[in-house]
Amino acid sequence: MENWVDVLNHAIQHIDITAMAMAIAVVIGVGLGMLTYRRPLPASLATTTTSAFLTIPSIALLGILIGPLGLGTANVLFALVLYALLPITRNTIVGLSGVDGSIVDAGRGMGMSRSRLLWRVSFPLAWPVILSGIRVSTQMIIGIAAIGAYVSGPGLGNEIFHGLARFGAVNSLNQVLIGTGAIVIIALLFDLAYVALDRLTTSRGIRA
Amino acid sequence: MASAQVVQGPPDVDTQPAMTREGVLWRRRAAVLVRPVMLGVVLLVLYLWVQAQTLDSIETRTLSPARIRLDLWQHVRLSLVATALTITIAVPLGVLLTRSFARWIKPIGLGLGNFGQAIPSIGLIVLLALWLGIGFWSAVIGLVAYATLPILRNTIVGLDGVDPALKEAARGMGMSHLAVLRRVELPLAVPVILAGVRTALVLTVATATLATFIDAGGLGGGLITGIKLNRPTLTLTFGILAAVLALFADWVGGIAEEVLRPRGI
Repeated sequence: MENWVDVLNHAIQHIDITAMAMAIAVVIGVGLGMLTYRRPLPASLATTTTSAFLTIPSIALLGILIGPLGLGTANVLFALVLYALLPITRNTIVGLSGVDGSIVDAGRGMGMSRSRLLWRVSFPLAWPVILSGIRVSTQMIIGIAAIGAYVSGPGLGNEIFHGLARFGAVNSLNQVLIGTGAIVIIALLFDLAYVALDRLTTSRGIRA
Repeated sequence: MASAQVVQGPPDVDTQPAMTREGVLWRRRAAVLVRPVMLGVVLLVLYLWVQAQTLDSIETRTLSPARIRLDLWQHVRLSLVATALTITIAVPLGVLLTRSFARWIKPIGLGLGNFGQAIPSIGLIVLLALWLGIGFWSAVIGLVAYATLPILRNTIVGLDGVDPALKEAARGMGMSHLAVLRRVELPLAVPVILAGVRTALVLTVATATLATFIDAGGLGGGLITGIKLNRPTLTLTFGILAAVLALFADWVGGIAEEVLRPRGI
């Protein structure tokens, strides 16, 4: 019985750190995309930098971050944010620069200011693409968060590593299985939430 | 649309100095070299920094050239075997799923693949080790399972992207279905497939860092020794080595994409 409380706690922690990392990554990633999408050089700089982050093996980044951030949540959170940036930044740039120029022109012709144009015209049109980037990032960091348990991070990775530490003992397989299965379920729940969010937030004019 | 482009088109293009073809090639060659040079500098700085540290016996042992060579070799071998296996499984599977008789399985296959992607790599690898025993092959199977989707997806996307008119034309010229696949569809899909292979390669090199958890070696070994025994020098050194290897693999993948692309596309 206590085990289930443990699993539930770890699951909540897992959801927590994923949501927190995503909130930060969305602000940074979308902001970075918005600032750079108009000019090719900064835009390509933003995507190459964030894609270099993604190339670094997660356990390596978590280990390197022990130096400045120590063990625990801060370390894992920072790493997750870095990993989540590429899909969000890239999709923001792709989405915003994919907006039909004639629509932007029409908006300008109506006397809209540059920032109003971005918020009222370009951004809503690019939103489905941006949201799909956010969705990809979330799926990715849910898996990476599991590895965070090795540097004393929170979440279901603890179940997996406890099982691994007791390799071959009774129940070690069950513990790893439960940890892994619960992570898959969380990933599916997040995905469902994004489908709903997509329905709710996509501008009516471009809804399929 | 055309008139709008003329009105707000770019300022006179002719005033810019014309780039010769050789010039463009040269700049591209130089750009290609930026990554390895940067990685070399990182390794040099790392080497000098480690040299300046006073190392205890654990650190000296783990950082010995022989040990690093062994870890590196194991890491590369794991990654290459896994990537080769992934390609041999995922490309034919992708070809099979795009044939007209198998159309109906395609969404199921891709759906399963996407679902599989939600399984955390560390969970998958540990489960495989508990099931099949620890060691090299369990790690390889985990890596293959993990990297199959990018290649499978790109093979399908690449083959589906081939203009049906081209396939019709090839059939009209008297080519068999197999010949159309071999001489028209696959060559046209190669750039997309190679992009998938590059993604899979980088993913494999990165994930192979976890192989050490199930005693399959690799650069993750020194890394987790450093974390477990609180030796930041080890953690940092092996962390940077693993990151450099992954970035290098990405670079090699990029070159392969350029070189292996069939002429004419």
